Amino acid sequence: MRRLSCGRRLCFGLVMICMLLLGQGVSAAPASEDPGAMLLESLAEASFRDKEAVIDSIASSGDERAQQWLDAFADGRLQQVKDSGQFVIVLESRGREWPVADALTLKPIGEMSRRDLSRIRINNALRSHLDGMQTLLDLNAEDVELRLQAARDLLGEISQDSREDIARLAQEEEDADVAATLNQALALYALEQGDASAISTLSGSLNPKVRAALVQASRSDDGYLAERASQALADIEQLLTLNRAAETLYFGLSLGSVLVLAAIGLAITFGVMGVINMAHGELIMLGAYTTWAMQQLLPHQPGVALLLSIPAGFLVAALVGVAIERGVIQFLKGRPLETLLATFGVSLILQQLVRTLISPLNRSVMTPEWMSGSVMINDALSLTLNRLYVLGFALVVFAALMLVMRRTRLGLEVRAVTQNRAMARAMGIRATRVDILTFALGSGVAGLAGVALSQLTNVGPNLGQNYIIDSFMVVVFGGVGNLWGTLVAGLSLGVINQVLEPWAGAVLAKILVLVLIILFIQKRPRGLFPQKGRAAEG
Amino acid sequence: MWLTRPFSERSTLVFMAVLIAAMVLVVAANLLIPADHPLHVSTYTVTLLGKYLCYALLAVAVDLVWGYLGILSLGHGAFFALGGYAMGMYLMRQIGDRGVYGDPVLPDFMVFLDWDALPWYWQGFDMAGFAFLMTMLVPGVLALVFGFLAFRSRVTGVYLSIITQALTFALMLAFFRNEMGFGGNNGLTDFKELLGFNIAADSTRIGLFVASGLALGLGYVLCRAIVASKLGRVCVAVRDAEARTRFLGYRVERYQLFVFVISAMLAGVAGALYVPQVGIINPSEFSPLFSIEIVIWVALGGRATLYGAVIGALVVNYAKSVFTGVMPEAWLFALGALFILVTVLLPRGIAGLLKQRRRDDEDMRDETALIGEAGT
Repeated sequence: MRRLSCGRRLCFGLVMICMLLLGQGVSAAPASEDPGAMLLESLAEASFRDKEAVIDSIASSGDERAQQWLDAFADGRLQQVKDSGQFVIVLESRGREWPVADALTLKPIGEMSRRDLSRIRINNALRSHLDGMQTLLDLNAEDVELRLQAARDLLGEISQDSREDIARLAQEEEDADVAATLNQALALYALEQGDASAISTLSGSLNPKVRAALVQASRSDDGYLAERASQALADIEQLLTLNRAAETLYFGLSLGSVLVLAAIGLAITFGVMGVINMAHGELIMLGAYTTWAMQQLLPHQPGVALLLSIPAGFLVAALVGVAIERGVIQFLKGRPLETLLATFGVSLILQQLVRTLISPLNRSVMTPEWMSGSVMINDALSLTLNRLYVLGFALVVFAALMLVMRRTRLGLEVRAVTQNRAMARAMGIRATRVDILTFALGSGVAGLAGVALSQLTNVGPNLGQNYIIDSFMVVVFGGVGNLWGTLVAGLSLGVINQVLEPWAGAVLAKILVLVLIILFIQKRPRGLFPQKGRAAEG
Repeated sequence: MWLTRPFSERSTLVFMAVLIAAMVLVVAANLLIPADHPLHVSTYTVTLLGKYLCYALLAVAVDLVWGYLGILSLGHGAFFALGGYAMGMYLMRQIGDRGVYGDPVLPDFMVFLDWDALPWYWQGFDMAGFAFLMTMLVPGVLALVFGFLAFRSRVTGVYLSIITQALTFALMLAFFRNEMGFGGNNGLTDFKELLGFNIAADSTRIGLFVASGLALGLGYVLCRAIVASKLGRVCVAVRDAEARTRFLGYRVERYQLFVFVISAMLAGVAGALYVPQVGIINPSEFSPLFSIEIVIWVALGGRATLYGAVIGALVVNYAKSVFTGVMPEAWLFALGALFILVTVLLPRGIAGLLKQRRRDDEDMRDETALIGEAGT
């Protein structure tokens, strides 16, 4: 980008000079003033045989526009206006009128009829010469990433001519990765030529091109070569299966981490306090909307907004949670079924409130740059970054909650009130205050779940509904009142779901998981990790 | 006979008298009063009332298990929808070759999916008797299997509510799938005939209204009979102190299972009568919201009274019709507020208010006991 803008500035200067000297418009500026124009002129006029030399001189001219010219030339977009001889680059070749840019100034100059333009002709030999030149350029680049990418692109693209150069480069290469990739590319070429010894270099590669070449070789008439190739193929298949399993596991853990995040707040309010909060899903939704609102406030800083919305989402959800606890739940103590109904009413109101105040449509939440993209482990396995972050976030939230419950005064009081309310009060614990704080904590964690979810799914009024049943399932499956159970249950449900999905389809997998849980509860009504002792009787 | 016993109770007599009088009045107002007269009840209104009566029967079914057995089922919407689907399948088969694609056997959506034969579970639904039986058997069997598993392992209270909700949710997802063979998210619709009568004809609609009323009356008497019997007394004992009842030697899960299945079958009948009146059945009837809405009808009317459930269903659904017509946005606010207000301020519902006015001391004591213990 920077290079382009430099070129533009330079061109702008040139144009100004032209205008001053000649008092003429841009399009009619004579080309001869610009050394680049002469190069283009000779490119247009040279025969195919001589063009190669012109290309080389353009590449070595040091002109900042050279890259763009050669790119356009390779794509057939470098064209000449028939009448004036002006060189243009076609920006988009659709329809009859093409938008074009002046090749010298690189500025768009409106649309031209394609009949008025003639293409500067190119053939395949020239094109591969250009490609090879580009790759060689990149292979000599300072940047290791660029070299690695160029080396990867070379797989299957090596020809008789370039083999020597690349072998030399591979020898000189300092970076091990790049050298290995180059050697692989060379081996692939050797394999295509029928060299069986190349297979040892290629085995273990997950690149589809290598696989295709090996399949080809395994069918060859040369018995030894065919045998070696099939052996290498079998190894690769095994590796691929492993990678696919790893991918399933990753997606499963990712889904599981979402479930854990959604359910962990519920594990506090339902599991520890015994309060059924059907509005839990809506608290998640509020967290997600907080992220959206933050990004509206800081439109150019999606990353900062996201980080800020972690505390903000917690606070918003916690405050709403306290309002629910004070406004509704405290009047229904000891009547869980009524609590269920009343909080369901709250969830309806919150949903409709969002629909009325914001919009019934989904809002889009931006993903900051450092969270988009993916980590390539190898050719067959890449992990999307946003899911990785959410997985990590879920674990951090879980660890923090464990700390709060196990190591703080609040956690101690919560456990005391849960186990024996009357006794705890007799010991001077203010049970009502503990109720409020616990509920705020559980609700706040729901808000955190919403912040994380906004990076994975659509943010809309129905967001919470999609998670409420799953969340309850996770808590019940894991064993009510047990945070570890929630973690294990959430992650394993996520993995089970992903394992079932390929052969059952997404919807059927979900149904199967629900049925499995229903059956599981028959066997172990109190979940994976039931509470023991007196607390179990509640 | 045990079915006649309820008629010795004043509340049953009053309820039946009001129901029959209302039905006669509505039918008379539709047939005898000319269309331009202000007291005329249009056929549209009759169908609407018929729909309410189906909801009322559904509410009675929910009240039977929630009010008298303490099981808060969030799955009755599923039983209702299954009954409705069984009826819908019969109605689909009645279309015959009058569908868009004109296939003599296959419903339109199957032709559309390129199926060449009826799936096995569609067999027999061209026979009215079999189909009507299925409207009760399918929900009944599901309730039997599910209840057997749940009650045997003593899943009760909130846990039961949550897994019934999960069951409903799973069924909704399943019925949304085209491959299930129930029309995917369009469901079953475009019905033509019921038992040879044109389904859109005014006379059929009035017939369906009367049938719904009769079903409600019969269902009410049946539930009343169950509640008044010794079985019913055991149910109330289970509701109030399950462990104690078990220790007294009663096989609690059998009572629970029996009543749960009866209730599911009543819900199925309600669904079956509902479908020809609204002309469509689709998976949205399985939505968890609908199931939980039924519970709030019962809660508003008053738990453990049966007639309260009827009142609640009628009031809420009338309000829903009015609200969604005038200001559709406000309906969910109103419904949400209703959930909160009823549970917090009106735990005994409208029926509780009526009773309070009577100042019936004995009832008061019963009710207080009910509220005090039922929740735990």
